[in-house]
Amino acid sequence: MSDILLEAKAVAKHFGGVKALRDVSLTIRRGEVYGLIGPNGAGKTTFFNCMTGLYIPDGGGFVFDGLALQADAPHQAAERGIARTFQNIRLFGNMTAIENVMVGRHVRTKAGVFGAMLMNRRTRDEEAAIRQRALELLHYVDIADRADDLAKNLSYGDQRRLEIARALATEPKLLCLDEPAAGMNATETEELRVLIEGIRNDGTTVLLIEHDVKLVMGLCDRVAVLDYGSLVIEDVPAVVQKDQRVIEAYLGA
Amino acid sequence: MKNWLNPRSTVGIALIAVALIALPFVVGAAGQAWVRILNFAILYVFLALGLNIVVGFAGLLDLGYIAFYAVGAYTWALLASPHFGLHFPVWAILPIGAVLACFFGVLLGSPTLKLRGDYLAIVTLGFGEIVRIFMNNLNSPVNITNGPQGITLIDPVRFGDFSFTGTSQILGLTLGGPQKYYFLLVALAILVIVINVRLQHSRIGRAWQAIREDEIAAKAVGINTRNVKLLAFAMGASFGGIAGGIFAAMQGFVSPESFSLIESIMVLAMVVLGGMGHIPGVILGAVLLTFLPEALRYAVTPVQMALFGKILIDPESLRMLIFGLALVLVMRFKPAGLWPSPERSRELGDKVAEGAK
Ligand SMILES: Nc1ncnc2c1ncn2[C@@H]1O[C@H](COP(=O)(O)OP(=O)(O)OP(=O)(O)O)[C@@H](O)[C@H]1O
Ligand SMILES: [Mg+2]
Repeated sequence: MSDILLEAKAVAKHFGGVKALRDVSLTIRRGEVYGLIGPNGAGKTTFFNCMTGLYIPDGGGFVFDGLALQADAPHQAAERGIARTFQNIRLFGNMTAIENVMVGRHVRTKAGVFGAMLMNRRTRDEEAAIRQRALELLHYVDIADRADDLAKNLSYGDQRRLEIARALATEPKLLCLDEPAAGMNATETEELRVLIEGIRNDGTTVLLIEHDVKLVMGLCDRVAVLDYGSLVIEDVPAVVQKDQRVIEAYLGA
Repeated sequence: MKNWLNPRSTVGIALIAVALIALPFVVGAAGQAWVRILNFAILYVFLALGLNIVVGFAGLLDLGYIAFYAVGAYTWALLASPHFGLHFPVWAILPIGAVLACFFGVLLGSPTLKLRGDYLAIVTLGFGEIVRIFMNNLNSPVNITNGPQGITLIDPVRFGDFSFTGTSQILGLTLGGPQKYYFLLVALAILVIVINVRLQHSRIGRAWQAIREDEIAAKAVGINTRNVKLLAFAMGASFGGIAGGIFAAMQGFVSPESFSLIESIMVLAMVVLGGMGHIPGVILGAVLLTFLPEALRYAVTPVQMALFGKILIDPESLRMLIFGLALVLVMRFKPAGLWPSPERSRELGDKVAEGAK
């Protein structure tokens, strides 16, 4: 097993005249927390969308876990082991918190319509296991007390946590978080840092888009910087922080 | 499932059972015609629950649903009538009808499920019409459907020697044909309701709801949205096919005009007006929308005579006018339906559009 989990090879994406990604190449290693930072509009979310199959790249591609990722196949990305959260939270608002996580188990379970109609032993066991696992995950992200509340009625921070629990339910090898700390206060951000660290320690590789530089530098093993769709640098936080181009990109010089 | 065992719901179920058994006799006192209407109400419950899978659970607007009913009805008509001289037994035709309808569901679904909302509605509408037009014109050069004249002398439902037409004596009770069909329909309806409830609370049911809530998020957690939507189409279509078979057997006659667009719209109205995605609401919608026009048929003329001493407005027009007005009023004052699921009624309050980011 190679220690490289994801390799992006010259990924390009444009929208009309806007070059959102210009031949971005980077590698994520197993077991690390990898930060992806850059100013607004740099192309970070676009990178996520290309990787998870929501956008079809105009050039380049991804190798995940030793095999090429199919473009335009979001459900297959999840099946292969890539889970994500969204910058502007996308929960199933009128489903309860636990149901949201249970939907996350879909890709790792099997029951079909006939199972559902007959409610045979295997279906009932699987359903019980789904619920059990979902509850464990709610405990894991510390919102088990809200299990039966509708997702849309949760507080902002709890919604972010629920989205992470839902993503974890798919048993990802790579968990991609798009600005999970956005809109959180200092305490919530600190709790989030602990959560992400725990996820990494439990063996899941994490790709983190984040504007909170302090959080990124404290948490990530390596960091990549995007600016105007181009990769500026990919290195350990200490090096990235001192890089002249990064400082300029952030100061808009 | 556990709360089925508690005493209060046991009493409730017993009461419902007694009511369901007594109903055809009570209604029968007013004439067999009312028992037939009652049977149609149950048939529409069937149809509405099938469409509810597509529209209510998966959130796909289907305006051609009646086509599957037509497929089921014609399957029965062709396989059990003198038209081709075939007389298949029930246990063979109903599954064939269901499978054929399911096949047509997939046929319609697979090229169209990339479409959404209004676009899907238009395509399904066209599909429904195409099926009806085929039924109307498949009488030459080879006579398959007998065209607009339709197919007559269709076999009733029969189990061995027991036929569902004509009167018979059971347990000392005299049962007319419609009353016998009533019990068959109730039994099937209970089965359909159980299946619906189970589907809704299953892995697939959750996937349907997830797609309805947020398709992009559903994809991102690994739901193969295309297949899961196809499944909704196929399931809904099979229910329609079974209902169609029973319809053909019960009437003894089918013709294309039973499967017009207005029928699709009526079934959709039952789902929406009752409470989309909420099984008890959908049942209520189907029953109300079957009985209301019929009740009006009987009420309009006497009421006019009593009020004005003569018939001022053509009873048929007035009946549809009142019916239409009733629909408008319900949707105006209960936009989530007469009996919506608790979530649905809240949801309508705060649907905010947001872009994909
Ligand atoms: N679907 C789209 N259609 C057109 N342009 C798009 C689309 N998605 C992104 N863009 C453009 O691509 C560029 C990169 O956007 P992206 O959302 O990836 O930035 P980002 O780095 O995530 O920024 P932020 O920090 O604000 O989230 C922007 O100029 C944006 O306007
Ligand atoms: Mg972004």
